[in-house]
This record gives sequence, structure tokens and C-alpha cells, in this order.
Amino acid sequence: MAGWSGFFVMAIELLSGRILAPSFGNSIYVWGGVISIFMLALSIGYLIGGHLSVHTPTLGKLGVILIAASLTSLPVVFFSDVLIDLVFNHVSDPRYGSLLASSTLFFIPTVISGCISPYAIRLLVTQLHASGQSAGKLYFISTFGSAAGTIGTSFYLVLLFEVNQIFSGLILISLSLGGIALLLNTTHE
Amino acid sequence: MNNVLRILILVLALSYCSAVSADVLHTEKSLYRNIEVYEEDELRCLRFGRYNGTRQSCINLSNPDNLEFNYTRMMMGALYLNPNPQRALILGLGGGSLPSALRKLYPNLQIDVVEIDAAVIRVAKQYFGFTTSTLTRATESDGRVFVKRAINLTTRYDLIMLDAFDQEYIPEHMLTREFLNEVRGLLTEQGVLAANTFSSSRLYNYESITYQTVFGDFYNLKDANRVILIRRNGPPDMLEIKRNAEGLAAKLKPFGVSSNWLIPKFSREKDWPANTRALTDQYSPANLLNTQ
Repeated sequence: MAGWSGFFVMAIELLSGRILAPSFGNSIYVWGGVISIFMLALSIGYLIGGHLSVHTPTLGKLGVILIAASLTSLPVVFFSDVLIDLVFNHVSDPRYGSLLASSTLFFIPTVISGCISPYAIRLLVTQLHASGQSAGKLYFISTFGSAAGTIGTSFYLVLLFEVNQIFSGLILISLSLGGIALLLNTTHE
Repeated sequence: MNNVLRILILVLALSYCSAVSADVLHTEKSLYRNIEVYEEDELRCLRFGRYNGTRQSCINLSNPDNLEFNYTRMMMGALYLNPNPQRALILGLGGGSLPSALRKLYPNLQIDVVEIDAAVIRVAKQYFGFTTSTLTRATESDGRVFVKRAINLTTRYDLIMLDAFDQEYIPEHMLTREFLNEVRGLLTEQGVLAANTFSSSRLYNYESITYQTVFGDFYNLKDANRVILIRRNGPPDMLEIKRNAEGLAAKLKPFGVSSNWLIPKFSREKDWPANTRALTDQYSPANLLNTQ
């Protein structure tokens, strides 16, 4: 799940450039704004995820986080045109326009995605002396997923599908994985 | 060891040779690219990237009016579709050959040039004789953003030149159905769009169908480059084109544009499959298609 979340975040980050380009262009500051927003959101997500993991963490709750991240991405598919037009008409500077548009569309799902890694670490750690090893494995999986999401989206997915089709696919996979985690959790109990 | 030394000396000698054959006047790393201005024989050229980069623009120092590249001459073919433009928009500056030629051809023409890279505007002014005034305005902006803003104003153009692509990179958001619709919205009824595109690859079919979807029929001029010429209210017939070409012949001669060379290139043949998928904001892998 952490690996998938890494994939999910980077695929969305790449596609966000596509969504913003028609109104704010492909200038270097548009990418600067997008990357800043994603980094800020992830950093806050790590903090929240770590905090959540203190109270009786379960696999099911991790599934709920994944589902929440995918559901909050839905507005990107349905309302991004309306929202971006609104920002375009009110903010003339493309730097702040793209910053505002990317924060409204991507900030919340990315914060929630950021919760996943620290929460998953808590679930993995069984003994204090191996906690570093668990964290290392998790960083590996999630960052490897990010790399796969970046290259997979930019090299292949954009050649095969429309942007909204890719978004919908990502959301569906997240929902399924979250659902599986919930199921596993209830069968264990 | 001896071999390594020999190779080193050879490499050094070779790089020295290539350095003396072209005289580099200016190099600069801008936000978007490496810019190089160099002189070779009579030509002063602008190149993005070093040594292996493609030439973006050249002026002939002993004949600065002459349009050196075939594609720039083909772009001037737009005037055969509308010989008296009042207001022109040029997306992509390079060395400024197109706006400089239009400036001299039409002293009263209002010209707006949009260039994403401020360094390119500076270099065009310093090395290629490009000048701005109240009649020639240069704006540093992404082309698509400028077009989208201009639609909200009342500004309309009767000549739009799209010259923002090169062989190595296509701004993908400027080769979609939505973008071309926005450009169409900026054209007057008799307005003409001239687009310099590079595709000879798999992208050719995609690009053709995208233009056709938005504008219908157009003239397709091919050389090493491809230039698309469109009039918003439909392409004029060849009779009208030849008549306009005759009227412009004397005016265009100093720029190296001759109708004998240009007219035979005008073609309306649709040499692409009609069932090709159009490029849209949702589906625009132009650079990936261009490598295939």
C-alpha cells in the first residue's frame, strides 16, 4: 500500500502539470509551484500520519486513509476545468494562479497520502531494535513506487490514455487496495 | 598510456578546430535552454544547446533583410492568403526574423510578439536587430497563456504566426484541439494562421487531423519543415493566391521570397488517414509521437 501510494502521488503530480498547462502554461514556475505544493502537503501528511499511528493502529484504518486519499482526488476529474477557469479569471499572475489552483485541487489528497508511510511504519515495527530496518524497507517501497509512478505515467500512460482516464484508473486501484485492507482487517478480527 | 595521450591530443585538436570555424559571440544559460550566438562565414546564427543544437534563426550580415531559412519564407506565404494585415500576433521569437520582416513590409502593422524566455528577447535585440516600439510589442509569457488572456480582451488579429516548436521539443499544450480553438477565436473573419511545425514522424497524422478538426481545409507547404496556412473563413483558391502573390512580388523580393519557389508548394491534399485521433488537452503526447 505504501508503494502504491508513492506511485499514486507521483502520477498525480506529473498529470497536474498537464491539467494546469492550458491555463498557466508550461513555464518553470508552474512546475515550481506544483512541486512546492506537493512537498508541503506530504510534509504535513507525515506529521498527521505519525500522530494518528499512536492510537490503536490497524490495517483497516490504513485502508480508510488510502480510500480517503482517492476520494478527495475525485474533484480533479470532475471539477478541475471549472475551478481552473475560475482561478484563471481572478488571478492574472500565472505563478500565483498555478499555485492557487494546484493547492485547491491537490493539497488535501496529497496530505492524506502523506499519512500512509508513517502509519504503515507503525504497523510494521514489532521490535524496537528492528525499527530502523522496518522504516528503511518502507522508505524503499514507497520511494520505489514513486519512481515507478513517475516513469510509468510520463513514458507510457500518457501515450495510451487521456488524462482523466489515468486519474480514474489511479482512483479505482486505490479504492480497491483500501477495500482489500479493510476486508483483511475484518477477517483477522 | 601512449594511446590515451594520442587520443587526448586528437580530441583537443578536434575541439579546437570546431571552435575556430564558428566564431562564438555569446553564450548564456537561460531558464529554459542554453543559448548560443555565433558567426560562420556571412551568417550570424542563434542556436539552442551547444554544437549539436539546431539553428533557430540566422541573419546574413551583408544582406540582413533576406530570410535565410526556407521555413520563414514559407511562413510569409500567409500574406498570399491575406495581403493587408492590420494586426499580427507572433508566438515564439527566436532571432526575430519574422517580426523584423513584417515590420519593414508593413510600417503601420501592430505586431505583438510572445516569447516565453526573456533571455531570447534580450539576445534578439542585442544580436539580431530586433527592436520594440509602441507598434512592435514583445511580451514575456507562455504562448497559450497569452492567447487565453487575449480572448477575454477584444483584441483580434488578422495574422497569427505560430513558431514555438523545434525539432527537439514541442510545447504539447500548444498542439491541441482546445488551443487551436482558442487561436481561432483570436482571428478575424479574414484572419490567417501560419504554423511552423516540424513533424515528419508519426506525429504528422495526429497534427494534421487536429488542425483539420478545428479549421477544416488548409494549405500544407512542405520542405524540410512543414508550414500550415489557414484562413479562418476557408482557404482562398489558387487564382486568388496567385493574384495576391503578384501584387506582393516586388515588396517581398528583398526578403528572398519568390512566388516561383513558393506557389508550387501550396497543396490541399489530405495525405493523412481520416481516422487518426486528434490531439486534445486530455491526450497530447506530441513529443513521444514525434520520436516514433
